[in-house]
Amino acid sequence: MYLNVDQRSRDNVAVETDDGRVLSYGDICDYVAKFPKILSERCLMFLLCKNKIESLLGYLAAIENNVVPVMLNSKIENDLLFNLFSIYHPQYIWLPSDKVSLFGGDTIYTYYDYSLIKTKYDSYKLNDKLALCLTTSGSTGSPKLVRLSKYNLESNASSIAEYLNIDENERPITSLPMNYSYGLSVINSHLLKGAKILLTDKDVLQSEFWTFCKDKRATSISGVPYTYEMLKRLRIFKMSLPDLKVMTQAGGKLNPNIAKEYMEYAKQSGKRFYVMYGQTEATARISYLPWEVALDKCASIGVAIPNGKLTLIDANDNEITVPDVEGEMLYEGPNVSLGYAECIEDLQKGDENGGILHTGDIAKQDADGYYYITGRMKRFLKIYGQRISLDGLDQMIKDEFDTDCYCSGNDQKLRILVTNETILDKVAMFLESKIHVFHKDIDVIYVEEIKRNESGKVIMQ
Amino acid sequence: MTNLEKYNKIFVDTFSVEEKVLGDGFCKCAVNGWDSVHQLSLVSSCEDEFSIMLEPEDILGFVSYAAGKDILKKYGVEL
Repeated sequence: MYLNVDQRSRDNVAVETDDGRVLSYGDICDYVAKFPKILSERCLMFLLCKNKIESLLGYLAAIENNVVPVMLNSKIENDLLFNLFSIYHPQYIWLPSDKVSLFGGDTIYTYYDYSLIKTKYDSYKLNDKLALCLTTSGSTGSPKLVRLSKYNLESNASSIAEYLNIDENERPITSLPMNYSYGLSVINSHLLKGAKILLTDKDVLQSEFWTFCKDKRATSISGVPYTYEMLKRLRIFKMSLPDLKVMTQAGGKLNPNIAKEYMEYAKQSGKRFYVMYGQTEATARISYLPWEVALDKCASIGVAIPNGKLTLIDANDNEITVPDVEGEMLYEGPNVSLGYAECIEDLQKGDENGGILHTGDIAKQDADGYYYITGRMKRFLKIYGQRISLDGLDQMIKDEFDTDCYCSGNDQKLRILVTNETILDKVAMFLESKIHVFHKDIDVIYVEEIKRNESGKVIMQ
Repeated sequence: MTNLEKYNKIFVDTFSVEEKVLGDGFCKCAVNGWDSVHQLSLVSSCEDEFSIMLEPEDILGFVSYAAGKDILKKYGVEL
Protein backbone atom coordinates (compact mmCIF):
# COMPACT_ATOMS: atom_id res chain seq x y z
CA MET A 1 0.00 0.00 0.00
CA TYR A 2 1.01 3.63 -0.54
CA LEU A 3 3.69 4.64 2.01
CA ASN A 4 3.49 1.13 3.52
CA VAL A 5 0.63 2.26 5.70
CA ASP A 6 -0.62 -1.35 5.91
CA GLN A 7 2.74 -2.56 7.27
CA ARG A 8 2.14 -0.93 10.65
CA SER A 9 0.46 -2.38 13.68
CA ARG A 10 -3.24 -1.61 13.18
CA ASP A 11 -3.64 -0.05 16.60
CA ASN A 12 -0.75 2.40 16.27
CA VAL A 13 -1.93 5.97 16.20
CA ALA A 14 -1.25 7.65 12.84
CA VAL A 15 -2.90 11.00 13.43
CA GLU A 16 -4.08 13.01 16.39
CA THR A 17 -5.83 16.34 15.83
CA ASP A 18 -6.08 19.48 17.94
CA ASP A 19 -9.83 18.91 18.29
CA GLY A 20 -9.29 15.50 19.85
CA ARG A 21 -9.81 13.13 16.95
CA VAL A 22 -7.57 10.09 16.68
CA LEU A 23 -6.91 7.91 13.67
CA SER A 24 -4.98 4.63 13.77
CA TYR A 25 -3.04 3.05 10.92
CA GLY A 26 -5.79 0.42 10.80
CA ASP A 27 -8.43 3.15 10.46
CA ILE A 28 -6.59 4.54 7.46
CA CYS A 29 -6.42 1.10 5.80
CA ASP A 30 -10.15 0.55 6.39
CA TYR A 31 -11.08 3.93 4.97
CA VAL A 32 -8.89 3.51 1.91
CA ALA A 33 -10.33 0.02 1.31
CA LYS A 34 -13.94 1.18 1.31
CA PHE A 35 -13.27 4.25 -0.84
CA PRO A 36 -13.87 2.43 -4.19
CA LYS A 37 -17.53 2.11 -3.18
CA ILE A 38 -17.68 5.88 -3.35
CA LEU A 39 -15.36 6.50 -6.26
CA SER A 40 -13.84 3.77 -8.39
CA GLU A 41 -12.94 5.32 -11.73
CA ARG A 42 -9.54 6.67 -12.77
CA CYS A 43 -10.20 10.42 -12.70
CA LEU A 44 -9.00 13.87 -11.64
CA MET A 45 -10.17 15.20 -8.28
CA PHE A 46 -9.58 18.67 -6.86
CA LEU A 47 -8.81 18.40 -3.16
CA LEU A 48 -9.33 21.61 -1.18
CA CYS A 49 -6.98 20.96 1.71
CA LYS A 50 -7.04 21.88 5.37
CA ASN A 51 -4.83 20.19 7.93
CA LYS A 52 -7.77 18.00 8.94
CA ILE A 53 -8.41 14.27 8.92
CA GLU A 54 -10.93 14.61 6.07
CA SER A 55 -8.26 16.09 3.78
CA LEU A 56 -5.64 13.56 4.77
CA LEU A 57 -7.94 10.59 4.20
CA GLY A 58 -9.16 12.02 0.90
CA TYR A 59 -5.56 12.33 -0.24
CA LEU A 60 -4.49 8.82 0.84
CA ALA A 61 -7.64 7.15 -0.47
CA ALA A 62 -7.30 8.91 -3.81
CA ILE A 63 -3.66 7.90 -4.34
CA GLU A 64 -4.30 4.29 -3.36
CA ASN A 65 -7.32 4.05 -5.64
CA ASN A 66 -5.75 5.64 -8.73
CA VAL A 67 -7.67 8.88 -8.40
CA VAL A 68 -5.36 11.83 -9.15
CA PRO A 69 -5.77 14.59 -6.57
CA VAL A 70 -4.87 18.18 -7.39
CA MET A 71 -3.90 19.54 -3.99
CA LEU A 72 -5.15 23.10 -3.41
CA ASN A 73 -5.44 25.23 -0.30
CA SER A 74 -9.00 25.47 0.98
CA LYS A 75 -8.41 29.23 1.31
CA ILE A 76 -7.57 29.51 -2.39
CA GLU A 77 -8.85 32.63 -4.13
CA ASN A 78 -12.10 31.92 -5.95
CA ASP A 79 -10.83 33.41 -9.22
CA LEU A 80 -7.86 31.07 -9.31
CA LEU A 81 -9.98 28.10 -8.27
CA PHE A 82 -12.49 28.70 -11.06
CA ASN A 83 -9.66 29.22 -13.52
CA LEU A 84 -8.14 25.86 -12.57
CA PHE A 85 -11.60 24.30 -12.74
CA SER A 86 -12.19 25.53 -16.27
CA ILE A 87 -8.72 24.46 -17.44
CA TYR A 88 -8.53 20.96 -15.97
CA HIS A 89 -12.19 19.87 -15.86
CA PRO A 90 -11.91 17.78 -12.68
CA GLN A 91 -14.62 15.14 -12.49
CA TYR A 92 -14.78 15.32 -8.70
CA ILE A 93 -14.04 17.82 -5.94
CA TRP A 94 -13.35 16.84 -2.33
CA LEU A 95 -13.94 20.00 -0.32
CA PRO A 96 -15.18 21.47 2.96
CA SER A 97 -18.97 21.17 2.91
CA ASP A 98 -19.45 24.92 3.39
CA LYS A 99 -17.84 25.44 -0.03
CA VAL A 100 -20.09 23.07 -1.96
CA SER A 101 -22.29 25.95 -3.10
CA LEU A 102 -19.38 27.39 -5.10
CA PHE A 103 -19.88 24.61 -7.61
CA GLY A 104 -23.01 23.34 -9.25
CA GLY A 105 -22.37 19.61 -8.92
CA ASP A 106 -24.20 16.90 -6.98
CA THR A 107 -22.93 15.92 -3.56
CA ILE A 108 -22.45 12.16 -3.74
CA TYR A 109 -20.86 11.60 -0.34
CA THR A 110 -20.12 13.43 2.89
CA TYR A 111 -17.65 12.61 5.64
CA TYR A 112 -17.60 14.79 8.75
CA ASP A 113 -17.05 18.36 7.47
CA TYR A 114 -16.14 17.39 3.90
CA SER A 115 -18.17 16.56 0.81
CA LEU A 116 -17.41 14.90 -2.48
CA ILE A 117 -19.11 16.47 -5.45
CA LYS A 118 -19.42 15.18 -8.99
CA THR A 119 -18.92 17.95 -11.50
CA LYS A 120 -20.44 18.22 -14.96
CA TYR A 121 -17.23 17.00 -16.60
CA ASP A 122 -16.59 13.51 -17.96
CA SER A 123 -13.36 11.70 -17.24
CA TYR A 124 -10.57 11.69 -19.80
CA LYS A 125 -7.30 9.86 -20.28
CA LEU A 126 -4.63 10.46 -17.64
CA ASN A 127 -1.10 9.16 -17.96
CA ASP A 128 -0.63 5.88 -16.08
CA LYS A 129 2.28 7.25 -14.04
CA LEU A 130 0.43 10.34 -12.85
CA ALA A 131 -0.48 10.15 -9.15
CA LEU A 132 -0.82 13.70 -7.85
CA CYS A 133 -0.57 17.35 -8.89
CA LEU A 134 0.68 20.34 -6.91
CA THR A 135 0.60 24.01 -7.83
CA THR A 136 3.85 25.81 -8.56
CA SER A 137 3.36 29.30 -7.29
CA GLY A 138 -0.14 29.13 -5.93
CA SER A 139 -0.77 32.78 -5.75
CA THR A 140 0.16 34.74 -8.84
CA GLY A 141 -2.78 33.22 -10.56
CA SER A 142 -0.60 30.77 -12.47
CA PRO A 143 -2.62 27.60 -13.04
CA LYS A 144 0.54 25.63 -13.81
CA LEU A 145 0.77 22.28 -12.05
CA VAL A 146 3.65 19.94 -11.24
CA ARG A 147 2.93 16.32 -12.18
CA LEU A 148 4.14 13.72 -9.69
CA SER A 149 4.18 9.93 -9.68
CA LYS A 150 3.74 7.60 -6.73
CA TYR A 151 7.40 6.69 -7.18
CA ASN A 152 8.35 10.39 -6.84
CA LEU A 153 6.34 10.75 -3.63
CA GLU A 154 7.50 7.53 -1.99
CA SER A 155 11.17 7.89 -2.91
CA ASN A 156 11.31 11.45 -1.60
CA ALA A 157 9.55 10.42 1.61
CA SER A 158 12.05 7.61 2.03
CA SER A 159 15.11 9.85 1.46
CA ILE A 160 13.79 12.41 3.95
CA ALA A 161 13.04 9.74 6.55
CA GLU A 162 16.59 8.48 6.15
CA TYR A 163 18.48 11.74 6.64
CA LEU A 164 16.20 12.97 9.41
CA ASN A 165 16.36 9.56 11.14
CA ILE A 166 12.59 9.35 11.39
CA ASP A 167 11.17 6.38 13.26
CA GLU A 168 7.79 5.44 14.73
CA ASN A 169 8.49 7.37 17.93
CA GLU A 170 8.35 10.73 16.17
CA ARG A 171 5.44 13.14 16.71
CA PRO A 172 5.72 15.97 14.15
CA ILE A 173 3.34 18.91 14.49
CA THR A 174 2.01 20.21 11.17
CA SER A 175 3.00 23.85 10.96
CA LEU A 176 2.64 23.98 7.16
CA PRO A 177 -0.38 23.32 4.91
CA MET A 178 -0.56 19.87 3.31
CA ASN A 179 -1.17 21.25 -0.18
CA TYR A 180 2.32 22.78 -0.01
CA SER A 181 5.03 20.35 -1.17
CA TYR A 182 7.07 20.87 2.00
CA GLY A 183 4.04 20.35 4.26
CA LEU A 184 3.04 17.22 2.35
CA SER A 185 6.58 15.84 2.59
CA VAL A 186 6.45 16.09 6.39
CA ILE A 187 3.28 14.00 6.42
CA ASN A 188 4.54 11.46 3.87
CA SER A 189 7.95 10.87 5.44
CA HIS A 190 6.38 10.28 8.86
CA LEU A 191 3.54 8.02 7.71
CA LEU A 192 6.15 5.95 5.88
CA LYS A 193 7.87 5.24 9.19
CA GLY A 194 4.73 4.68 11.24
CA ALA A 195 5.05 7.86 13.29
CA LYS A 196 2.20 9.82 14.91
CA ILE A 197 1.28 13.05 13.15
CA LEU A 198 -0.05 15.89 15.26
CA LEU A 199 -2.43 17.44 12.76
CA THR A 200 -3.52 21.05 13.18
CA ASP A 201 -4.24 23.97 10.93
CA LYS A 202 -3.49 26.51 13.65
CA ASP A 203 -0.38 28.61 13.09
CA VAL A 204 2.43 29.43 15.50
CA LEU A 205 0.83 32.77 16.43
CA GLN A 206 -2.20 31.00 17.90
CA SER A 207 -2.04 29.90 21.50
CA GLU A 208 -3.99 26.73 20.58
CA PHE A 209 -0.98 25.65 18.52
CA TRP A 210 1.30 25.76 21.56
CA THR A 211 -1.20 24.08 23.86
CA PHE A 212 -1.46 21.23 21.37
CA CYS A 213 2.31 21.14 20.81
CA LYS A 214 3.07 20.90 24.52
CA ASP A 215 0.20 18.62 25.57
CA LYS A 216 0.97 16.09 22.86
CA ARG A 217 4.72 16.51 23.26
CA ALA A 218 5.59 17.26 19.64
CA THR A 219 9.07 16.08 18.69
CA SER A 220 9.57 18.15 15.55
CA ILE A 221 8.47 21.34 13.88
CA SER A 222 8.96 22.56 10.33
CA GLY A 223 8.85 26.04 8.91
CA VAL A 224 9.69 28.54 6.22
CA PRO A 225 12.00 31.48 7.04
CA TYR A 226 9.07 33.58 8.23
CA THR A 227 8.00 30.85 10.68
CA TYR A 228 11.42 30.98 12.30
CA GLU A 229 11.35 34.76 12.47
CA MET A 230 8.01 34.53 14.28
CA LEU A 231 9.30 31.81 16.61
CA LYS A 232 12.21 34.03 17.53
CA ARG A 233 9.81 36.87 18.37
CA LEU A 234 7.88 34.40 20.52
CA ARG A 235 11.16 33.69 22.30
CA ILE A 236 11.19 30.02 21.49
CA PHE A 237 14.76 29.98 22.78
CA LYS A 238 13.34 30.46 26.28
CA MET A 239 10.30 28.20 25.96
CA SER A 240 10.31 24.90 27.75
CA LEU A 241 10.07 22.35 24.94
CA PRO A 242 11.93 19.30 26.24
CA ASP A 243 10.31 16.90 23.76
CA LEU A 244 10.99 19.01 20.70
CA LYS A 245 14.16 17.54 19.21
CA VAL A 246 14.10 18.44 15.53
CA MET A 247 13.53 21.71 13.69
CA THR A 248 13.60 21.81 9.90
CA GLN A 249 13.68 24.92 7.73
CA ALA A 250 13.11 25.21 3.98
CA GLY A 251 11.12 27.35 1.57
CA GLY A 252 13.75 30.04 1.06
CA LYS A 253 16.85 31.41 2.67
CA LEU A 254 16.65 32.22 6.37
CA ASN A 255 18.56 35.34 7.39
CA PRO A 256 22.07 33.99 8.20
CA ASN A 257 22.20 35.69 11.61
CA ILE A 258 18.89 34.15 12.63
CA ALA A 259 19.95 30.77 11.24
CA LYS A 260 23.06 30.93 13.39
CA GLU A 261 21.01 31.72 16.50
CA TYR A 262 18.90 28.62 15.89
CA MET A 263 21.95 26.48 15.29
CA GLU A 264 23.52 27.67 18.53
CA TYR A 265 20.25 27.24 20.41
CA ALA A 266 19.94 23.70 19.03
CA LYS A 267 23.49 22.85 20.05
CA GLN A 268 22.99 24.10 23.60
CA SER A 269 19.62 22.45 24.10
CA GLY A 270 20.36 19.09 22.50
CA LYS A 271 18.18 19.63 19.43
CA ARG A 272 18.89 19.20 15.73
CA PHE A 273 18.33 22.15 13.38
CA TYR A 274 18.24 21.30 9.67
CA VAL A 275 18.47 23.80 6.84
CA MET A 276 17.04 22.22 3.71
CA TYR A 277 16.50 23.16 0.09
CA GLY A 278 14.02 21.87 -2.43
CA GLN A 279 11.46 22.53 -5.11
CA THR A 280 8.00 21.24 -5.85
CA GLU A 281 9.48 20.14 -9.19
CA ALA A 282 11.48 17.59 -7.17
CA THR A 283 8.42 16.56 -5.09
CA ALA A 284 9.84 18.53 -2.14
CA ARG A 285 13.40 17.99 -0.92
CA ILE A 286 16.65 18.21 -2.88
CA SER A 287 19.31 18.88 -0.26
CA TYR A 288 19.84 19.17 3.48
CA LEU A 289 22.57 20.47 5.75
CA PRO A 290 23.58 17.78 8.25
CA TRP A 291 22.94 19.24 11.71
CA GLU A 292 26.37 18.22 12.99
CA VAL A 293 28.10 20.67 10.63
CA ALA A 294 25.43 23.37 10.69
CA LEU A 295 27.49 25.98 12.53
CA ASP A 296 30.55 25.47 10.32
CA LYS A 297 28.51 25.68 7.11
CA CYS A 298 25.68 27.92 8.20
CA ALA A 299 25.08 29.63 4.84
CA SER A 300 25.04 26.35 2.94
CA ILE A 301 22.09 24.34 1.63
CA GLY A 302 24.16 21.26 2.39
CA VAL A 303 24.45 18.17 0.26
CA ALA A 304 22.09 16.16 -1.92
CA ILE A 305 19.54 13.98 -0.12
CA PRO A 306 20.12 10.20 -0.09
CA ASN A 307 19.67 8.77 -3.61
CA GLY A 308 19.97 12.21 -5.17
CA LYS A 309 22.87 13.95 -6.86
CA LEU A 310 23.75 17.62 -7.34
CA THR A 311 26.04 18.96 -10.04
CA LEU A 312 26.96 22.40 -11.36
CA ILE A 313 27.22 23.26 -15.03
CA ASP A 314 28.70 26.25 -16.81
CA ALA A 315 27.14 28.23 -19.65
CA ASN A 316 28.28 25.59 -22.16
CA ASP A 317 26.64 22.77 -20.21
CA ASN A 318 30.00 21.44 -19.04
CA GLU A 319 30.23 20.14 -15.51
CA ILE A 320 32.12 22.33 -13.05
CA THR A 321 34.44 20.18 -10.96
CA VAL A 322 36.53 22.76 -9.13
CA PRO A 323 35.38 24.40 -5.90
CA ASP A 324 34.09 27.97 -5.57
CA VAL A 325 33.04 28.37 -9.19
CA GLU A 326 29.44 29.38 -9.82
CA GLY A 327 27.15 27.59 -12.24
CA GLU A 328 23.60 26.41 -12.65
CA MET A 329 22.71 23.67 -10.20
CA LEU A 330 21.29 20.46 -11.63
CA TYR A 331 19.59 17.82 -9.54
CA GLU A 332 19.23 14.19 -10.45
CA GLY A 333 17.12 11.76 -8.46
CA PRO A 334 14.05 9.52 -8.29
CA ASN A 335 11.98 12.39 -6.87
CA VAL A 336 12.29 14.61 -9.96
CA SER A 337 8.74 15.21 -11.15
CA LEU A 338 7.34 13.98 -14.46
CA GLY A 339 6.96 17.55 -15.70
CA TYR A 340 4.49 20.43 -15.71
CA ALA A 341 0.90 20.64 -16.80
CA GLU A 342 -0.79 23.70 -18.21
CA CYS A 343 -3.75 22.00 -19.89
CA ILE A 344 -5.65 18.72 -19.95
CA GLU A 345 -3.48 17.30 -22.73
CA ASP A 346 -0.39 17.69 -20.52
CA LEU A 347 -1.93 15.27 -18.01
CA GLN A 348 -1.58 12.55 -20.60
CA LYS A 349 2.16 13.09 -20.93
CA GLY A 350 4.68 10.71 -19.39
CA ASP A 351 8.01 11.51 -17.79
CA GLU A 352 9.44 14.54 -19.55
CA ASN A 353 12.25 15.29 -17.11
CA GLY A 354 13.88 11.87 -17.13
CA GLY A 355 15.02 12.28 -13.54
CA ILE A 356 17.01 15.47 -14.15
CA LEU A 357 15.95 18.90 -12.95
CA HIS A 358 17.45 22.23 -13.97
CA THR A 359 16.89 24.05 -10.69
CA GLY A 360 17.29 27.54 -12.14
CA ASP A 361 19.41 28.41 -9.12
CA ILE A 362 23.03 29.52 -9.41
CA ALA A 363 25.27 27.86 -6.87
CA LYS A 364 28.84 27.01 -5.97
CA GLN A 365 30.40 24.17 -4.06
CA ASP A 366 33.08 24.49 -1.38
CA ALA A 367 36.12 22.23 -1.10
CA ASP A 368 34.25 19.94 1.32
CA GLY A 369 31.40 19.39 -1.14
CA TYR A 370 28.77 21.66 0.41
CA TYR A 371 26.57 23.74 -1.88
CA TYR A 372 25.80 27.46 -1.57
CA ILE A 373 23.09 29.23 -3.56
CA THR A 374 24.35 32.53 -4.92
CA GLY A 375 21.66 33.65 -7.35
CA ARG A 376 18.70 32.81 -9.55
CA MET A 377 18.30 32.45 -13.28
CA LYS A 378 14.55 32.92 -13.27
CA ARG A 379 12.71 36.02 -12.19
CA PHE A 380 10.97 35.03 -8.99
CA LEU A 381 10.96 35.86 -5.28
CA LYS A 382 10.20 33.66 -2.33
CA ILE A 383 8.09 35.59 0.15
CA TYR A 384 6.79 33.73 3.21
CA GLY A 385 8.10 30.54 1.58
CA GLN A 386 5.86 31.02 -1.39
CA ARG A 387 7.28 31.37 -4.86
CA ILE A 388 6.12 34.47 -6.67
CA SER A 389 6.84 34.84 -10.36
CA LEU A 390 7.76 38.44 -11.17
CA ASP A 391 6.72 38.09 -14.81
CA GLY A 392 3.37 36.77 -13.58
CA LEU A 393 3.02 39.78 -11.28
CA ASP A 394 3.84 42.24 -14.08
CA GLN A 395 1.05 40.71 -16.11
CA MET A 396 -1.43 40.65 -13.23
CA ILE A 397 -0.90 44.36 -12.53
CA LYS A 398 -1.09 45.32 -16.20
CA ASP A 399 -4.35 43.37 -16.55
CA GLU A 400 -5.89 45.15 -13.57
CA PHE A 401 -4.63 48.71 -14.00
CA ASP A 402 -3.93 51.09 -16.83
CA THR A 403 -0.16 51.16 -16.43
CA ASP A 404 3.15 49.77 -17.53
CA CYS A 405 4.80 47.83 -14.76
CA TYR A 406 8.01 46.13 -13.70
CA CYS A 407 8.40 44.07 -10.52
CA SER A 408 11.68 43.32 -8.76
CA GLY A 409 12.95 43.25 -5.20
CA ASN A 410 14.19 40.60 -2.79
CA ASP A 411 12.65 37.89 -0.60
CA GLN A 412 11.87 40.48 2.08
CA LYS A 413 10.46 43.28 -0.04
CA LEU A 414 8.69 43.48 -3.36
CA ARG A 415 9.49 46.57 -5.47
CA ILE A 416 7.08 47.62 -8.19
CA LEU A 417 7.60 50.33 -10.76
CA VAL A 418 4.43 51.74 -12.33
CA THR A 419 3.84 54.54 -14.82
CA ASN A 420 0.47 55.64 -13.46
CA GLU A 421 0.70 58.05 -10.53
CA THR A 422 -2.88 57.57 -9.37
CA ILE A 423 -2.71 53.86 -8.53
CA LEU A 424 0.17 53.67 -6.02
CA ASP A 425 -1.95 52.71 -2.99
CA LYS A 426 -4.32 50.59 -5.00
CA VAL A 427 -1.59 48.35 -6.40
CA ALA A 428 -0.34 47.36 -2.94
CA MET A 429 -3.85 46.61 -1.69
CA PHE A 430 -4.70 44.70 -4.86
CA LEU A 431 -1.65 42.48 -4.42
CA GLU A 432 -2.32 41.94 -0.74
CA SER A 433 -5.77 40.61 -1.57
CA LYS A 434 -4.63 38.55 -4.55
CA ILE A 435 -1.28 37.08 -3.54
CA HIS A 436 -1.36 37.61 0.23
CA VAL A 437 1.83 39.62 0.48
CA PHE A 438 1.46 42.12 3.29
CA HIS A 439 1.12 45.62 1.80
CA LYS A 440 3.86 46.98 4.04
CA ASP A 441 6.25 44.57 2.32
CA ILE A 442 5.46 46.13 -1.05
CA ASP A 443 7.04 49.34 -2.37
CA VAL A 444 5.15 50.85 -5.27
CA ILE A 445 7.18 53.51 -7.03
CA TYR A 446 6.08 55.89 -9.76
CA VAL A 447 8.36 56.38 -12.77
CA GLU A 448 7.60 58.28 -15.97
CA GLU A 449 8.67 55.45 -18.20
CA ILE A 450 9.97 51.90 -17.91
CA LYS A 451 12.80 51.73 -20.40
CA ARG A 452 13.23 48.58 -22.46
CA ASN A 453 15.88 47.50 -24.93
CA GLU A 454 15.09 46.28 -28.45
CA SER A 455 14.29 42.75 -27.33
CA GLY A 456 11.83 44.10 -24.77
CA LYS A 457 14.02 43.46 -21.76
CA VAL A 458 13.77 46.09 -19.03
CA ILE A 459 16.87 48.23 -18.61
CA MET A 460 17.49 48.43 -14.86
CA GLN A 461 17.18 51.97 -13.56
CA MET B 1 -1.35 62.77 18.98
CA THR B 2 -2.95 61.00 21.94
CA ASN B 3 -2.13 57.37 22.68
CA LEU B 4 -5.54 56.32 21.40
CA GLU B 5 -4.97 58.18 18.15
CA LYS B 6 -1.61 56.48 17.79
CA TYR B 7 -3.15 53.09 18.53
CA ASN B 8 -5.90 53.65 15.98
CA LYS B 9 -3.44 54.79 13.35
CA ILE B 10 -1.51 51.53 13.74
CA PHE B 11 -4.68 49.58 12.94
CA VAL B 12 -5.61 51.86 10.07
CA ASP B 13 -2.14 51.44 8.52
CA THR B 14 -1.91 47.71 9.10
CA PHE B 15 -5.31 46.77 7.71
CA SER B 16 -5.84 49.71 5.34
CA VAL B 17 -9.23 50.41 6.87
CA GLU B 18 -11.04 53.56 7.94
CA GLU B 19 -10.82 54.52 11.58
CA LYS B 20 -14.60 54.34 12.04
CA VAL B 21 -14.66 50.52 11.61
CA LEU B 22 -12.43 50.05 14.66
CA GLY B 23 -14.22 48.83 17.78
CA ASP B 24 -15.07 45.78 19.83
CA GLY B 25 -16.08 43.80 16.75
CA PHE B 26 -12.70 44.32 15.09
CA CYS B 27 -11.00 40.98 15.75
CA LYS B 28 -9.10 38.15 14.18
CA CYS B 29 -12.22 36.02 13.72
CA ALA B 30 -14.14 38.78 11.92
CA VAL B 31 -11.50 40.59 9.91
CA ASN B 32 -10.59 39.04 6.60
CA GLY B 33 -6.84 39.07 6.24
CA TRP B 34 -5.99 39.13 9.94
CA ASP B 35 -3.28 36.52 9.65
CA SER B 36 0.00 35.96 11.48
CA VAL B 37 1.81 38.53 9.33
CA HIS B 38 -0.69 41.25 10.20
CA GLN B 39 -0.74 40.28 13.85
CA LEU B 40 3.02 40.40 14.18
CA SER B 41 3.11 43.73 12.37
CA LEU B 42 0.50 45.16 14.77
CA VAL B 43 2.57 43.99 17.73
CA SER B 44 5.82 45.39 16.31
CA SER B 45 4.22 48.74 15.52
CA CYS B 46 2.81 49.01 19.06
CA GLU B 47 6.18 48.08 20.53
CA ASP B 48 7.95 50.74 18.48
CA GLU B 49 5.31 53.41 19.03
CA PHE B 50 5.02 52.97 22.79
CA SER B 51 8.60 51.79 23.49
CA ILE B 52 7.55 48.54 25.12
CA MET B 53 8.41 44.88 24.60
CA LEU B 54 5.56 42.38 24.63
CA GLU B 55 5.78 38.98 26.29
CA PRO B 56 5.09 35.95 24.03
CA GLU B 57 1.68 35.27 25.59
CA ASP B 58 0.65 38.84 24.81
CA ILE B 59 1.81 38.51 21.21
CA LEU B 60 -0.38 35.41 20.94
CA GLY B 61 -3.21 37.19 22.77
CA PHE B 62 -3.22 40.25 20.49
CA VAL B 63 -6.25 38.98 18.57
CA SER B 64 -8.59 41.96 18.62
CA TYR B 65 -8.74 45.73 18.84
CA ALA B 66 -10.15 45.43 22.36
CA ALA B 67 -7.67 42.77 23.52
CA GLY B 68 -4.79 44.91 22.29
CA LYS B 69 -5.97 47.80 24.47
CA ASP B 70 -6.03 45.59 27.56
CA ILE B 71 -2.57 44.25 26.76
CA LEU B 72 -1.09 47.73 26.34
CA LYS B 73 -2.59 48.72 29.71
CA LYS B 74 -0.53 45.95 31.32
CA TYR B 75 2.60 47.68 30.05
CA GLY B 76 1.52 51.03 31.43
CA VAL B 77 0.21 52.48 28.19
CA GLU B 78 -3.05 54.31 28.96
CA LEU B 79 -5.35 54.75 25.99
